[in-house]
Amino acid sequence: MAEISYRDAVTRGIAQEMARDPDVVFLGEDVAKPGGCFKATVGLYEQFGGVRVRDTPISEQAILGAAMGAAMTGLKPIAEIMFSDFIAVCFDYIANEFPKARYMSNGQTKCPLVVRTANGAGSRFGAQHSQSVENWCMMIPGLKVVAPSSPIDVVGLMAAAVRDPDPVIFFEHKSLYNSKGEVPDGEILDTLGTAKILRPGKDCTIVALALMVPRALEAAERLRIDHGIDCEVIDVRSLVPLDTKTILGSVAKTHRLFTVEENPRLCGWGAEIVSIVADEGFYDLDGPPVRITTPHIPLPAADIMEDVVLPTPQRIMETIRRGLGS
Amino acid sequence: MSTAKDRAPGPAGSGLNDDIGEEKRLALYRSQVRLRDAEQRAFDLFLQNLVKGTSHLSLGQEAIAAGFAEAMVKGDLSFCTYRGHAHTLARGVPVEKVLGELMQKDNGLMRGKGGSMHLTSEEHGVMGSYAIIGAHLPIACGAAWRAQYRGDKDVSVCFFGDGTTNIGAFHEALNFAAVWKLPVVFVCENNLYMEYTPIKDVIPIPQPAADRASAYGLERILIDGNDADIVYRTAQKAFARARAGEGPSLIECLTYRHSGHSRADPAKYRPEGELEEWKKHDPVKLYRERLKQFGVTDEVIAEIDASVRKEVDDATEACKAAPSPPLDIITTDVYADGGWAWRN
Repeated sequence: MAEISYRDAVTRGIAQEMARDPDVVFLGEDVAKPGGCFKATVGLYEQFGGVRVRDTPISEQAILGAAMGAAMTGLKPIAEIMFSDFIAVCFDYIANEFPKARYMSNGQTKCPLVVRTANGAGSRFGAQHSQSVENWCMMIPGLKVVAPSSPIDVVGLMAAAVRDPDPVIFFEHKSLYNSKGEVPDGEILDTLGTAKILRPGKDCTIVALALMVPRALEAAERLRIDHGIDCEVIDVRSLVPLDTKTILGSVAKTHRLFTVEENPRLCGWGAEIVSIVADEGFYDLDGPPVRITTPHIPLPAADIMEDVVLPTPQRIMETIRRGLGS
Repeated sequence: MSTAKDRAPGPAGSGLNDDIGEEKRLALYRSQVRLRDAEQRAFDLFLQNLVKGTSHLSLGQEAIAAGFAEAMVKGDLSFCTYRGHAHTLARGVPVEKVLGELMQKDNGLMRGKGGSMHLTSEEHGVMGSYAIIGAHLPIACGAAWRAQYRGDKDVSVCFFGDGTTNIGAFHEALNFAAVWKLPVVFVCENNLYMEYTPIKDVIPIPQPAADRASAYGLERILIDGNDADIVYRTAQKAFARARAGEGPSLIECLTYRHSGHSRADPAKYRPEGELEEWKKHDPVKLYRERLKQFGVTDEVIAEIDASVRKEVDDATEACKAAPSPPLDIITTDVYADGGWAWRN
């Protein structure tokens, strides 16, 4: 057991899978010799060599297309898109190619690959390098979508994503790269489609993802100390497949639901969860489900503005307190 | 790689039969006739309202599909566009499987789940037909990367139209393939029109693919795409180069489609007489004459024509009689577990 950073967990997760399976290859812009724009892949080039860990031109369509062609013919590629915002320039592969090849070919074509990408705000990079775009991918049939919040989940879910036979979009959060956590020694393999109850509680359910998880946990702690409110905090971890059982089970116990989302409000993942709970858990609810999100605006660059638009522990706490009428 | 002789239309009747040989020539002829008959049948069935959805025919472009497919060996991979019926058939996929998919029947290649624009038969090396312009060029690079990584000797062959040369993925793929020296062969079928607009109206150079090759350090290769012998020889050279680890090739094949862009297009934008002029250089007609000049008898040719016609006729009847696909496959094969579950 050792405490490692979320950044180092990315390297460890990829290294674990590359050491296990020679079919795992890794490509992206500045990922090999430079070790990644966020230094999240330092050492992989040295450990596995330039044949398996390859720097590419700035050609996002070529990166994802090449990953797909390699996956279709037997490799297990991991492709990096440096910033998740850049998914927009290669969205054809994510929206039209990876997820539809198997279906359109009546099951002939396989596409086992992982696209890992740095998602989210906090670096003051402005509207084209800070977005949370997990909801862009969640809406596409045929994809799987993962967004871990802790180092141990990064390693375990990376392993699960690489071994999964479907295309997986793996969102790492830029503002979590420096965060640390305990990670056991040896191989770690997690399961896609499983949410985690990080903090049990009885008064309300808070469902969060990625950077919003530590913020939800902080809000829950302050609600307990300041107001005696006992929150259950669920880390969704995997948007597709979605662990609705854990969420519905929690709401059946707490009778209130709050989602904490970094994506802008319209069509955010929380809307889908609220919709499922409204359909299937309506009579468990003692009050309206509440979504705490970034507003429907492009992200501003300046620190004082960026800090205000993302859900903060303070906003989460106040919204829940108001919602529960305490 | 390509010589001036290859680029000129073949001196019909003057060449020797030794480099291609009669057996391969008969195969090239059979393939072209088969593509012609199957595509013509698809058009006729469309007029009878039996081909549904859209369809993009390769009538007039058969020499390219036949020439490349006959130069490929088992294990080589084809990546096609929505105008992919001919390339799919040329790899040996039964006519019934293709017509069945066009007619959206259960006997179709993908049981109606893909349709005319997405013909795929991995057992024949047909790794998909792609309906988003340019998308499959990077994908072909990836398959070639796998071959390079594993030391496999197969070549990935990627077919696309002239219009594709103006989309970003074309340039990303060409650069990527050249820098990584991938065993991929890019084949531009320049039929002079992207959809309805002439390609010459939207490029600043005469040849959309050949004149861009130098930007990627590749040789300029422009050939007569209506002469299957020239196509076949050019393909062989490019494949040998790819298998030897010398990297990609970009081949521009000049051709002409006899029909419109898609079934909805009567192609009225063409200048009067253009089609008639190109029909004088019809690849099937040209190749039939070629065979005769090499001494193949009318009887042998008629036998090939008849056996192809029988395959197409039999396939047509089988497709007409085939049931529609069952509705329970609507939700199969979304994910690798065979189903569509996105939640527990």
